[in-house]
Amino acid sequence: MKKDILKHELVPDHVILSESEVTKVLKKIEAHAEQLPKINSDDPVAKSIGAKAGDVLEITRKSATAGKFITYRLVQD
Amino acid sequence: MTGILKKISQINFGLMSPEDIRKMSVTKIVTPDTYDEDGYPIENGLMDPRLGVIDPSLKCRTCGSKGGDCQGHFGSINLARPVIHVGFADTIHKILRSTCNTCGRILLTESEIFDYREKFKNLIKNEESLTKIIKEVYTVARRDKCPHCEEEQEEVKIDKPVSMVEGNYKLTASEVRERLELIPDSDALILGVNAEKSKDGQQVARPEWMVLTVLPVPPVTVRPSITLETGERSEDDLTHKLVDILRINQRLKENMEAGAPQLIVEDLWELLQYHVTTYFDNEASGVPPARHRSGRPLKTLAQRLKGKEGRFRSNLSGKRVNFSARTVISPDPNISINEVGVPKIIATEVTVPVKITEWNLEEMKGYILNGSNLHPGANYVIRPDGRKIRIYDEIKETVAENLEKNFNEYTGEGSYVVERHLKDGDIVLFNRQPSLHRMSMMAHEVRVLPYKTFRLNLCVCPPYNADFDGDEMNMHIFQTEESRAEAKSLMRVQEHILSPRFGGPIIGGIHDHISGAYLLTRESAIFNEDQVFQILRKSNLPIPDKTGEKWTGKQIFSEVLPKDLNMVYTAEICRKCDECLKKECKNDAYVVIEDGKLLTGVMDEKAYGAFSGKILDHIVKEYGTDSAREFLDASTKLAVSGIMKAGFTTSTNDEEIPQEAKERIEVHLDHAEKKVDLLVEAYDNNELEALPGRSLEETLEMRIMQVLGEARDKSGEIAESYFDINENHAVIMALTGARGSMLNLTQITACVGQQSVRGGRIDRGYSERTLPHFQKRELGAKARGFVHSSYKKGLDPIEFFFHAMGGREGLVDTAIRTAQSGYMQRRLVNALQDLSVKEDGTVTDNRGVIIQTMYGEDGVDPAKSDYGKVVDLDKLVDEMRIKSEK
Repeated sequence: MKKDILKHELVPDHVILSESEVTKVLKKIEAHAEQLPKINSDDPVAKSIGAKAGDVLEITRKSATAGKFITYRLVQD
Repeated sequence: MTGILKKISQINFGLMSPEDIRKMSVTKIVTPDTYDEDGYPIENGLMDPRLGVIDPSLKCRTCGSKGGDCQGHFGSINLARPVIHVGFADTIHKILRSTCNTCGRILLTESEIFDYREKFKNLIKNEESLTKIIKEVYTVARRDKCPHCEEEQEEVKIDKPVSMVEGNYKLTASEVRERLELIPDSDALILGVNAEKSKDGQQVARPEWMVLTVLPVPPVTVRPSITLETGERSEDDLTHKLVDILRINQRLKENMEAGAPQLIVEDLWELLQYHVTTYFDNEASGVPPARHRSGRPLKTLAQRLKGKEGRFRSNLSGKRVNFSARTVISPDPNISINEVGVPKIIATEVTVPVKITEWNLEEMKGYILNGSNLHPGANYVIRPDGRKIRIYDEIKETVAENLEKNFNEYTGEGSYVVERHLKDGDIVLFNRQPSLHRMSMMAHEVRVLPYKTFRLNLCVCPPYNADFDGDEMNMHIFQTEESRAEAKSLMRVQEHILSPRFGGPIIGGIHDHISGAYLLTRESAIFNEDQVFQILRKSNLPIPDKTGEKWTGKQIFSEVLPKDLNMVYTAEICRKCDECLKKECKNDAYVVIEDGKLLTGVMDEKAYGAFSGKILDHIVKEYGTDSAREFLDASTKLAVSGIMKAGFTTSTNDEEIPQEAKERIEVHLDHAEKKVDLLVEAYDNNELEALPGRSLEETLEMRIMQVLGEARDKSGEIAESYFDINENHAVIMALTGARGSMLNLTQITACVGQQSVRGGRIDRGYSERTLPHFQKRELGAKARGFVHSSYKKGLDPIEFFFHAMGGREGLVDTAIRTAQSGYMQRRLVNALQDLSVKEDGTVTDNRGVIIQTMYGEDGVDPAKSDYGKVVDLDKLVDEMRIKSEK
């Protein structure tokens, strides 16, 4: 029995950003992609949404302080 | 210092080859003696002059520099037979186990070797750690048969500390070395020894270098001898050890040359191994430590580095500083929270450097003329050429004259620096260990005071976690203008009233400040004008015009409140009635402040206590830290005046209740104990019904705990109902939050209650019973640690024993908790210490890698927030309501 981990309540939303979105985001936070926090390409979530090394993921998670918080992670090997 | 400046391009960490050791050696050491009869060092002895000089009047024979400048030069001892280095014994053992005993190849098949070589290449390319894979190699490379030469392998065991045993045969150091020599360079790499030759033929390490054939002799600067007052020379422990090594080495050589029997040679060899081993590490397991004649174990190389008193923790990580002072602390309620009282003795010892200018010339001259003994004086002047001159009474006039003569009014150039005494108003850093948070180090202004202790305001005890049972604190004096300016704007006590931990005040009134404020502001406190003026004068508040009317305490306290302050909150003494009467509260717990006038309610912990002071919190946030400091200084003094006018004391009389109350409590407890017996009976008869998800036993325990807990609380309530807050000082302290709790009081008065170990009733000790006084399997209240008596009445022996059990658990828990949380905090701090928040709110580490795109995800500085929240809506609504009502 295999469950869809993306539907689990503890797994926040992961979205692969398009190239143009990536440049926009990096400009906004004034950083290189390499400076972003990393996520392994064999991370269960990264695998199930089909992210490849070099992609940038947008993660929207619930936050105790801010209610909703958006962060970004770079997929790496 | 003069010398050649060189740039380091690379550092290799590796082993020293015998050639390396010989190359750096300036002389061979042969003679086991140090000095001859005339006191001159013997050539080729352990104190050979070529090893460097210490005496500044002599010149080094090797480098030509004077003693002190010469850092010393190594010598060497040629060992008659090879010896295993203790520090590498484990590694040698692992390598022997993983290599063939005949051909020296690693015990891996060619394909395995190829795989590992690839893995190594990758890891080195990515600059990743090799330790894990090397560990793996050592577990995989173990075979009964060599895959290369098909030779049968026998298990090599290590006999601590340095003996290698193959089967039943003990390998000699020479045999070990021969085997290690056989290992090819390429195989050594996989075993974790970097034996690859660089382009110029240099090698970083070879396995056989772990077996010593030459021993480096450290220079005399490393092991200086000391001359005692009697003229006797006393040598360093290392020198003693080297003498031992040389003696045995000499004997071994002579015996070998004379063709002595194998047995004797082997014995001497063993002895040489022992001496070399203890020379490196005198605490190696399995070797008796080498001792001094007095029986004291020698302090050899490893002991110099290891542990708390070792080179690393004591000399490299631990630094001692100048311009600091440490002494016992004691309280002074009359100085400001921003100040620290510094004893005169300390103020005349530690100094502040002041550069002479046109404007301070006269002042500085005055200090110099006071000398170094009279208080506002000076200890040193630093001349423009950098020379430091101590100011003695004999020369102080000349120094002052020179100061003026050399001072160039126009350029200010080449002026003197005067190291003057600490004086009132100087800013210093004050610290109490353990420095767990930033409030453990705060900047204070100096107040030079008589006697020998540091004095501090009681309000700063909570952030330092200080009390006065003998605590000592450290003070550091800033030496530059920049540091002073930075400290004044960032580190001053008033800037830390709000804690970044929870966004509330951590500095505030404690103990008597709280009870004092309560006594001053309670309804019955009425003062005549003379008393009021006395109180106000003591608190440095303006004295109003005489009107001839009496004052209430609330009016007096209103004098320290900002004139436009509006607040509503419930005080600490609030009894949480079912229906709140608000302004008509009979406990006077509903605080209303309108336009800086305290209308109803009393001042207690919720007003300006450390950790929970609402008024204080409001003042810091709305009126700034300066006002907050003034408020704290004035209000605590008012409170102290209040407590002094009323008089305040407590004794066990405060915990006294009438006979009638005692009887009521007794009836109640008896009833509860009977109820427990009934429960046990029901359980025994199997009539008890289990709670969902619980076993019968658990149900019984829970029910009993509940009954006994209720009994304790109820007996407390009975006792409480006989307490009168207007009469009873212990109750005032408990209810206002000054000290102690109602539970403390009821335990003294009525009933101590159930003792617990591991979160349940006590069920340990003898087989199936806690003490021999009880039946086996007895489950009654008393048999399982219920203390029926009160502290005041006294515990019977059985109760006392159970109480000690519970108490001991508490002690052990706190001890373990502090140790564990301390280490946890250390790891956390080490992980987070380089993080910084940039202007746009992103959190990055020192490499610029983003940790968080917005600090705390909401970008809020907790110290500036309302108890962690961005805004406190309830508070805002209350304030607006007050404004609209007007």
